[in-house]
Amino acid sequence: MNWIQTAERLQSGEISLLSLWGEPGVAHMAVIDNASHEIALLHLACEGGRYPSIGRLHPPAIRLERAVRDLAGLEAEGAPDTRPWLRHTGNYPFLPTEGESLHQIPVGPVHAGIIEPGHFRFTANGETVVRLEERLGYVHKGIDALMAGAPIERAARLAGRVSGDSTAAYALAFSSAVEAALGAQATPRARWLRALACELERLANHFGDIGAVCNDAAFSIMHASCGVLREHVLRAAHACFGHRLMMDCIVPGGMRADLAEDGAQRVRALVALARQRFPALVELYENTASLKDRTVSTGVLSPALARQFAAGGYVGRASGRHFDARRSPGYSPYDKLRFEVPVVQAGDVNARVWIRIQEVEQSLGLIEQILASLTPGPVRAALPAGAGEGTALVEGFRGDIFAWVRMGAGGNVERCHLRDPSWFQWPLLEAAIEGNIVADFPLCNKSFNCSYSGHDL
Amino acid sequence: MTSKFLLRNLMRGPLTEPAPAADDAALAELAARVNIAARARLGRTLSIREVDAGSCNGCELEIHALNNVLYDLERFGLRFVASPRHADVLLVTGPVTAHMREALERTYQATPDPKWVVAVGDCARNGGVFAGSAACVGGVGAVLPVDLHIPGCPPSPPALLRGLLALLQVA
Repeated sequence: MNWIQTAERLQSGEISLLSLWGEPGVAHMAVIDNASHEIALLHLACEGGRYPSIGRLHPPAIRLERAVRDLAGLEAEGAPDTRPWLRHTGNYPFLPTEGESLHQIPVGPVHAGIIEPGHFRFTANGETVVRLEERLGYVHKGIDALMAGAPIERAARLAGRVSGDSTAAYALAFSSAVEAALGAQATPRARWLRALACELERLANHFGDIGAVCNDAAFSIMHASCGVLREHVLRAAHACFGHRLMMDCIVPGGMRADLAEDGAQRVRALVALARQRFPALVELYENTASLKDRTVSTGVLSPALARQFAAGGYVGRASGRHFDARRSPGYSPYDKLRFEVPVVQAGDVNARVWIRIQEVEQSLGLIEQILASLTPGPVRAALPAGAGEGTALVEGFRGDIFAWVRMGAGGNVERCHLRDPSWFQWPLLEAAIEGNIVADFPLCNKSFNCSYSGHDL
Repeated sequence: MTSKFLLRNLMRGPLTEPAPAADDAALAELAARVNIAARARLGRTLSIREVDAGSCNGCELEIHALNNVLYDLERFGLRFVASPRHADVLLVTGPVTAHMREALERTYQATPDPKWVVAVGDCARNGGVFAGSAACVGGVGAVLPVDLHIPGCPPSPPALLRGLLALLQVA
């Protein structure tokens, strides 16, 4: 499969784009077959620093190609949009809007809440949003460049700080890619503990998001109650792994440390607490008509767009996309665990809340199974020396995180690319808000909860 | 349904936990910096404007947690506000990316005097794990005068509380 054929197969919908990235002289692309879930990697030597644009046929690649130009200096020939993206240089030309009685509302980069920075340019007709255009890149930290040549330990710390809310999933994605590159494997106990950490992370974020979406509809009792549950998850995580967000706990080869002695007991207590309190909150959500009035039929994302952009996580699954990286292609230990992947078609804010609610229940079940399956043994394997290339696809709370690593002969990371699920969700937020009222934007935005930092790298 | 929840919560009593003591290191850092006249003018209530200047969003998660009912920041007279024009304190996170430098400076300029700057997290001190990146300026102190650092990656809510309580104690 060559570069151009891949673009055509992406366009036809046979395969989905996992990522597109570059380094001086070489463009890289990863795709996944929608039927077999096999991942294919393409490397293209770019003569004269140019490569054929994928975005020309497949729009989800457009922002990635703009980022490749900013970070690696490669030009996508025939690209539909050649504006800079992650690198800010002078005045940024926003897309034009035409029509009667339109006005623009610029928002950000500094927002009113405790959230990450980015710029939103709304064009509205009265209250109705005609177009939203995002401008991101404000938290671009140069992670790609810092990764190049970094020792494994330092690179792992960087990977765990691409998006702090997904630090466990990122650490797992990076570690799995390094292990794949070196032909190594984490120990069996470490694989269980990694899954435990990632499910705790999913729980904490889903509790936080469910509460925060309701808060943006001015229903603060859900926010307060879900906030307590989130806090208890973080405290259990701290008791288990010594860090509330579990930063730097998952490392190449396994885990930095074993589960604390009373860890399993703390997690069981957490599961019991969640099972006791959460059903009443779900019932409250479901039976509060004034709240549902805000979330139902608001910010609808069509299944066709979710499929085209290969939207991961609750964004995709709330719009009919049946994909979860834990299931397909799948990774250990999820092959030994029973869980369902909830999917609905509605694609509105309510659907994205509902998927999270279902996933909380799935994660609680997974955590119980993990605790029951936990076998004794070492938690870290020594990494063999060597060089090579490895990839991983890990299901974070927000969706699938793609990691690619090339290890150098000296044992350092030569190049590393980490693609946040937000890359394919941010553009869809622009589509979902169209035709909604400006006042519903916070609600729509929170229901997506894309990462700025994870996207800006 | 909602009334049942409210009633139960009223009967149960608050979930809020006891306050930690102010942080000694923070008190020492503040004693050297904070203007006593400004302190007297602001009294014991402070409005805080949070600015993410390039964080990984880990610090934001823990700052958010300060508002949950277990930590309940507002009981101390500390509250988050939506505009720098209403703020006494800028709570800044991140290694300060080159792209956020101007926005941070303009937020500072929009904040009325007297004002304090609190740098939150290891990145905000010196760039942390991102120090040396060409895309980062390297710590809040490289852009604004910083009155107090709260270390941690990210600092836990009790650590944030101890630092912020120190702000209320210096005088």
